[in-house]
Amino acid sequence: MIRDYFRVLSVDLSTGKGSVLEIEGRDTVAGGSGLAAFLFNQFAHIDKPWNDPDQPLIFTIGPLTGYFPLMSKTVYAFKSPYHDQYAESHAGGRSALALRFADLDALVVTGKAKRPSCLYIGSRNLELKEVHYLWGMDIQTSGKMLRHMFKGAGHRSILRIGPAGENGSAMACVNVDTYRHFGRLGGGAAMGVKNLKGIVIQGDGIFSLSENKEYPKLFQEVYRQLTDTDMMSKYHNLGTPENVAVLNDLKALPFRNLQQTSDPAIKGITGEKFAADALLRNAACAGCPVGCIHIGFVRERFMEENRYLYRQVSYDHEPIFATGSMLGITDCFAVLSIIDITEKMGLDVMSAGVSLAWATEALEKGIISEKETIVPLQFGDAHGYREALYHLAHGSNDFYRLLCQGIVKAASHYGGKDFACVLGQEMAGYATGEVFFTSQALGLRHSHLDAGGYSYDQKPKGKNVADAVDFLVRDEQERGFLTSMVACLFARSVYTKDLMAECLRSLGYETLADTVTPVSRTIQKLRWKARVATGFNPQSVSIPKRFTEITTWKGKIDETFLQNLKEEYAQRIIDLAREE
Amino acid sequence: MKILTAPRMERCIGCHSCSLSCARLVHKRLSWDTSGIRIASSGGLSTGFEAKTCLACNPAPCVLACPTGAYSQRKGGGVVVRKNLCIRCGECAKACPVDAIFLDTTGEPFVCIHCGRCVPYCPHDCLEMEKVADDTLIKNVPGEDDS
Repeated sequence: MIRDYFRVLSVDLSTGKGSVLEIEGRDTVAGGSGLAAFLFNQFAHIDKPWNDPDQPLIFTIGPLTGYFPLMSKTVYAFKSPYHDQYAESHAGGRSALALRFADLDALVVTGKAKRPSCLYIGSRNLELKEVHYLWGMDIQTSGKMLRHMFKGAGHRSILRIGPAGENGSAMACVNVDTYRHFGRLGGGAAMGVKNLKGIVIQGDGIFSLSENKEYPKLFQEVYRQLTDTDMMSKYHNLGTPENVAVLNDLKALPFRNLQQTSDPAIKGITGEKFAADALLRNAACAGCPVGCIHIGFVRERFMEENRYLYRQVSYDHEPIFATGSMLGITDCFAVLSIIDITEKMGLDVMSAGVSLAWATEALEKGIISEKETIVPLQFGDAHGYREALYHLAHGSNDFYRLLCQGIVKAASHYGGKDFACVLGQEMAGYATGEVFFTSQALGLRHSHLDAGGYSYDQKPKGKNVADAVDFLVRDEQERGFLTSMVACLFARSVYTKDLMAECLRSLGYETLADTVTPVSRTIQKLRWKARVATGFNPQSVSIPKRFTEITTWKGKIDETFLQNLKEEYAQRIIDLAREE
Repeated sequence: MKILTAPRMERCIGCHSCSLSCARLVHKRLSWDTSGIRIASSGGLSTGFEAKTCLACNPAPCVLACPTGAYSQRKGGGVVVRKNLCIRCGECAKACPVDAIFLDTTGEPFVCIHCGRCVPYCPHDCLEMEKVADDTLIKNVPGEDDS
């Protein structure tokens, strides 16, 4: 629905009641990332911890959501159990269109339900349903139950948490429609601490389109551009796993807790190998014709007689890196079997895989013993990792309870900080060099998607600190506007500032269309202010020694360059957060 | 005449591009529902998708059910709906055996008009406009006269 204000549903879980708020600010913060930070300022309690019942969970979409293809993501903002600071996580599935058709620009959830509950909302309904019987259930089983309990197959989104979220893990994700996730920084625990097992969003609203000719014409043109480009082919064909072999060839793929950056055994887990042997089919987020979701399968023999079961498991570059190369697993079906358990437990796959890689090296070095890990952990042994994931999600002993809060917390207690592969949070699957390490370590979301540092590393740009940091600041600002619309970042090459302005204009958002650059800048500052206000000090970020020990295709990591980048980017972040 | 068919739904990825384009371009609305073709998961996302769309019946049960003549038989199958004659009684949707007619909250019916606007929006070629003779379908259906 096109409007010059935000229509926000605020629900208090302690009463099960909500209110619809009309909040001004469309022309200053746009939506998505900008709106999330804006609402965080209004609803969050900076001085209270993340698990205080008053803290909000904020889900936002943008002005272009549903109106244009690949405008298919939702922004989820919360105070993170990982660092007790402002956090943003993004996911697709049907969540964005479901919110659009529920006639909401944002959903804000506060309070704590008396018993485990599921929130059910739509354009004409609001209900908090007690679901204590789902507590403890894994992601798949609870998803199946919720599908039966609420109506609207195909035109709704089902968000739910698994055991990790219920147990307060800072690595707990929120699963969205089975194959997508609000993965990082513990958003699952932020739901769990509110006794919120699931959110079902019914997309049953209908909106008239204006009679202007511009919008349908532009829609068709954007659709054509998005489906005609190489981008379509890249994400549609092998998908993001195309990067696995590419990065391995560049000596930039983290292997065995980043003890290596490439390995000949990669052949077993490349995108090509997955496509040839394990790919069942593709799926898409609602409103996106690319269909980048690649779904493989796990087949298990469960009886001596030839009795098998199978499950479908989605895969991408990041899960393959985290549960494959990082753990020394080089068989695609073994990788899928580990991803499968991670999914069931409701764990963020990157954080979980990287933390088990650290635990494996810590065990090898004798810093911890099997008393801590409960099961033997060895690079290449998928069986041990599958069992360890259960313990990580359930916090089976003191070691796992600490590890699931982040490797640095475990290493502070047991030792082993030098080989903790942590860049703000557990690393993403790029060992491309100094610019990426800086980008993730200091980035707002500590995500590989905050800015294209990995791409900058791969271009012959030299070692000019100011140039690199200028790039990071500029790229982050541009991506921040994209995620305020809210675009999938796979479409970033098509959705230029000019095209987004044209899209906004075709819908009647004239002022926003004319002010894309200043609004981008406002949003960037707003997000950093929220982060810094909740305690982030970019100057205190350290990059563990392991990252300086590696060799990529460019040679050894340049420690001085890395240090200078870090200092310069930290200063720029502080300046951004201070600017009026 | 041509009719819309969905012969390759096992290829569907659930992107909803077909239904969103129909709602947008044919029915001038932004919606998942006010479309001549609606996509639903067939028992959860892990089991694939099905298309709810008009099968171009001839004779069409919705035409027979319509009390005001707003629905009439389209040559080659399917229906022509004159919404100015419609009294929003919902009998058409009740009569449709495959749930192809969506009624909005006011009772306004939305059904496929077999125009084919959705077809190019499917990235996996699930949909197809099939050429049929004006009276093909009724001839092919076994009836009481068959021995």
